[in-house]
Amino acid sequence: MSEALLEVKGLKKHFETKKGMLHAIDGVDFAIREGETLGLVGESGCGKSTTGRAILRLHEPSSGQVLYRGEDVTRLSPARMKAMRRRMQIVFQDPYSSLNPRLPVAELIAEPLRVNRVYARKPEEAERVAAVMELVGLEARLIDSYPHELDGGRRQRIGIARALSVEPEFVVLDEPVSALDVCIQAQILNLMAELQRKLGLTYLFISHNLSVVKHVSDRIAVMYLGKIVELSDYKSIFVEPLHPYTQALLSAIPTTRPERRKERIILEGDVPSPIEPSPGCRFCGRCRYRRERCAAETPELREVGAGRFVACHYYDALGEKKGN
Amino acid sequence: MSETTMLLDIRGLTVRYGTQGGEVRAVEGLDLSLARGETLGFVGETGAGKTTTALAVMRLVPEPAGRICGGEVIFEGEDLLKKSPRDMRSIRGSKISMIFQDPMTSLDPVKTVGEQIAEMIGLHESVSRREALAKAQAMLETVGIRAERSGDYPHQFSGGMKQRVVIAIALACNPALVIADEPTTALDVTIQAQVLDLMRKLKDRYRTSMILITHDLGVVAETCDKAAIMYAGNIVEYADKASLFARPSHPYTQGLFGSVPDIESDAESLNVISGLTPDPTDLPPGCPFHPRCPRAEGACSTQAPPKVEIEEGHFVRCFLHGSGGRAR
Amino acid sequence: MNDANAKPAAARRGRKGRVLEVWRRLKRNRLAMAGLAILAVLFLTALLADLVAPFPSDKQDLENTFSFPSRAHLFGTDEFGRDILSRVIHGSRISLSVGFLAVGFSVVIGGAIGAVAGFYGKRIDNVLMRFMDVLMSIPQILLAISIVAALGPGLWNLMIAVGISSIPGYARIVRASVLSIKDREYIEAARAAGSGDARIIFRHIVPNCLAPIIVQSTLGVATAILTAAGLSFIGLGIQPPTPEWGAMLSGGRGYIRDYWYMTLFPGLAIVFTILGLNVLGDGLRDALDPRLKSSR
Ligand SMILES: Nc1ncnc2c1ncn2[C@@H]1O[C@H](COP(=O)(O)OP(=O)(O)OP(=O)(O)O)[C@@H](O)[C@H]1O
Ligand SMILES: Nc1ncnc2c1ncn2[C@@H]1O[C@H](COP(=O)(O)OP(=O)(O)OP(=O)(O)O)[C@@H](O)[C@H]1O
Ligand SMILES: [Mg+2]
Ligand SMILES: [Mg+2]
Repeated sequence: MSEALLEVKGLKKHFETKKGMLHAIDGVDFAIREGETLGLVGESGCGKSTTGRAILRLHEPSSGQVLYRGEDVTRLSPARMKAMRRRMQIVFQDPYSSLNPRLPVAELIAEPLRVNRVYARKPEEAERVAAVMELVGLEARLIDSYPHELDGGRRQRIGIARALSVEPEFVVLDEPVSALDVCIQAQILNLMAELQRKLGLTYLFISHNLSVVKHVSDRIAVMYLGKIVELSDYKSIFVEPLHPYTQALLSAIPTTRPERRKERIILEGDVPSPIEPSPGCRFCGRCRYRRERCAAETPELREVGAGRFVACHYYDALGEKKGN
Repeated sequence: MSETTMLLDIRGLTVRYGTQGGEVRAVEGLDLSLARGETLGFVGETGAGKTTTALAVMRLVPEPAGRICGGEVIFEGEDLLKKSPRDMRSIRGSKISMIFQDPMTSLDPVKTVGEQIAEMIGLHESVSRREALAKAQAMLETVGIRAERSGDYPHQFSGGMKQRVVIAIALACNPALVIADEPTTALDVTIQAQVLDLMRKLKDRYRTSMILITHDLGVVAETCDKAAIMYAGNIVEYADKASLFARPSHPYTQGLFGSVPDIESDAESLNVISGLTPDPTDLPPGCPFHPRCPRAEGACSTQAPPKVEIEEGHFVRCFLHGSGGRAR
Repeated sequence: MNDANAKPAAARRGRKGRVLEVWRRLKRNRLAMAGLAILAVLFLTALLADLVAPFPSDKQDLENTFSFPSRAHLFGTDEFGRDILSRVIHGSRISLSVGFLAVGFSVVIGGAIGAVAGFYGKRIDNVLMRFMDVLMSIPQILLAISIVAALGPGLWNLMIAVGISSIPGYARIVRASVLSIKDREYIEAARAAGSGDARIIFRHIVPNCLAPIIVQSTLGVATAILTAAGLSFIGLGIQPPTPEWGAMLSGGRGYIRDYWYMTLFPGLAIVFTILGLNVLGDGLRDALDPRLKSSR
């Protein structure tokens, strides 16, 4: 894929814990094209945030490459990395804990401008702050307010304004709406779609909510226990999920029209521990279709059709089974 | 309504909290009824007063900040608000029990799960400790946890299993009514599916009535018989699930449906309800939704809208559906 | 909503405005203002001691030893007939400077050590905190004694000794609050914005752990004055004729049954300093925290 803005290759991040090595992400590959939104879904603890953070080097990756316009981000010197941060930004999940409670709105939004010495003069900086606030729909009168005085939706707008103040090209959205009420959630989702259109942004949209991801994404990657199990355009995943985990995930989502659901798969058991995982397919313990090979050999993510990737030894066999 | 006598009938319930910023009108004249064996989905935004309503039914509204100012909560023909604290204690857990949102904090970390279930049984039934423990193990099996794990501590379980234990505790004395306050919000989707499935099965098996508080219309669609939509301390729409989903009639309900990205739909942009939930210390006069309502008109800002039955068992609190009013 | 409504659009207050805002909030707190007034009076008398005090601090009047408070000697006189009021006034110079400078010194050094240890963790944390533990395992007074013994007596050495001996306490407190703050998401957000470590520590972490520091250091001033007194008592601090509250306190202790006023007045001076500082500190802590602002 030549037009990729960001390419992640074999990215791994392991944490040392008392019980052993925790494989938070274990060899993740994907590419994001310029101007698109890649959705990253998966259940709690599967490594979504770690992926987002490793890309931005908020966690140093244990191994692997992150190519941004062909340049390996993981090898940049601190000074070059600092410059790179202006182009790659992040919006955090929790608008309550991701804003320093002691700073007023103006300072919060100006912070990235200041650290990056974007403007030499204060008036220009103030102008930029005002412009970004308008962009994300924050009333100008809130400029001296403190985060605790605002509701979740406005706080999340501050988080977005901060990220956008330095005019990035790529933004990691780490569950930007999960902490918000449905109505506010809809407001923020619409805002982000609008900003993408206006500013030509590229998003990595992380969420555990498949409905939200489907709504915003061009392509979707499904993650399970540190690995991507399926990646394709947003329609195919919903019409014809290939990986058994994706199928289960889809059928587990409560929908307002349950009668339209084809079948309801209820997975047995829990997500296994990411500490020193056993070899083989990570999902095989809960998989309805598992065979011997699954426990022995780790399936790799491979292309199985135009732009469709799946990590399953027997995905095509599954298709047949269903066809019958 | 119908010939079945109601298990729970709430009439004009009003609950207020005294705070520094003023009096919070958390629940204002709420009416709600629930028949035996029925499951009611209770939906609304943060701060709508869902938890407060549930706490009021349990008579657990935190004193002295919170006060039940009026109304009746008729349960099995008797007004719970008139019961003595002592009678209430024996009702809680045995006839009405509650499941809280966060399974991590509603279990005691230093007692084994078996003991915790047995404790609930011992409190309401005259059984020996040994019998209680045996019953606790049976209960664990019912919720799909092997009995030999009854000696384990909560931290040894995963989130979904802990919530199963909480459910086991709630169902231990076979209550007539279970109030579940967002029982699956803290869980992952696949685990949520497991837990909801379990709750559905248990409810059918024991014919327990249930009030299921949730943010998620999908959960209502999949588990409930009836649904009540709550906004700023009152129920704005109450109907059969089928009727509600086929014909959401209050502008707020419609907005809520429009705001949720649904996996089954392909809408480009979401229909947003503009504005914020009102400040509960300073509710707008008239219909509390009118400042955000796209179809508000004169009367909305001055008079409280009446409760209208637009079809059998489908109630809406809105002028749009007034007597002879323009249905949409 | 709140007062933000009233302001014209985009009227940014800026840094100066925020200092004023803190001052405005502080002013509304009566107790804190009382504390501030007490401290202001104490500092003024210390500055103007020569003008305010009725007698020189070491003027002896052997005819009038142990005289009861009277019009001539408002606070009475001590065993050498020195005027206690004058000695309390002159003594405030030394006591206040020892109290404040020593605490300032240990807050800055201890705070920096704690912040660095908590922020970087791992080996740096281990090395620094084990060193602090070693210091902590020696009783504070013994530590101070050995430091003064090594440096030699004198006001500055006294302050340094008292300061060093209380460093570990501050280091511990700051480290603990840094640990609780450094994993907050806003710290990560600052890093994502491109901030370096120094900026993160001083702009984001330190302001958020001011509360425990303020509480601890207001109490620390009292301890510092008393430690200094202890050192003076055994001849390692301020040498005798120089007045100093702690020394006066311990000097009068032997006579407390008959001449209670010898201990009462220097004691009251210490109590008022601490009281003033304490309520001011509490008020300051609240005024600095924007979350407590809306006490409408
Ligand atoms: N700093 C850390 N130290 C040790 N383990 C960590 C750390 N950060 C994350 N982990 C572990 O790595 C795994 C992946 O975590 P991550 O936060 O990426 O999950 P996630 O998919 O974002 O989950 P959620 O939906 O809950 O946010 C988890 O098992 C988590 O416990
Ligand atoms: N103990 C309390 N003291 C004061 N006010 C309270 C208290 N508990 C709740 N409130 C207020 O009462 C209103 C209703 O709260 P309640 O918890 O019932 O809402 P909810 O619908 O359960 O919301 P959520 O979805 O967030 O759980 C809110 O405005 C809330 O701030
Ligand atoms: Mg995460
Ligand atoms: Mg609630």
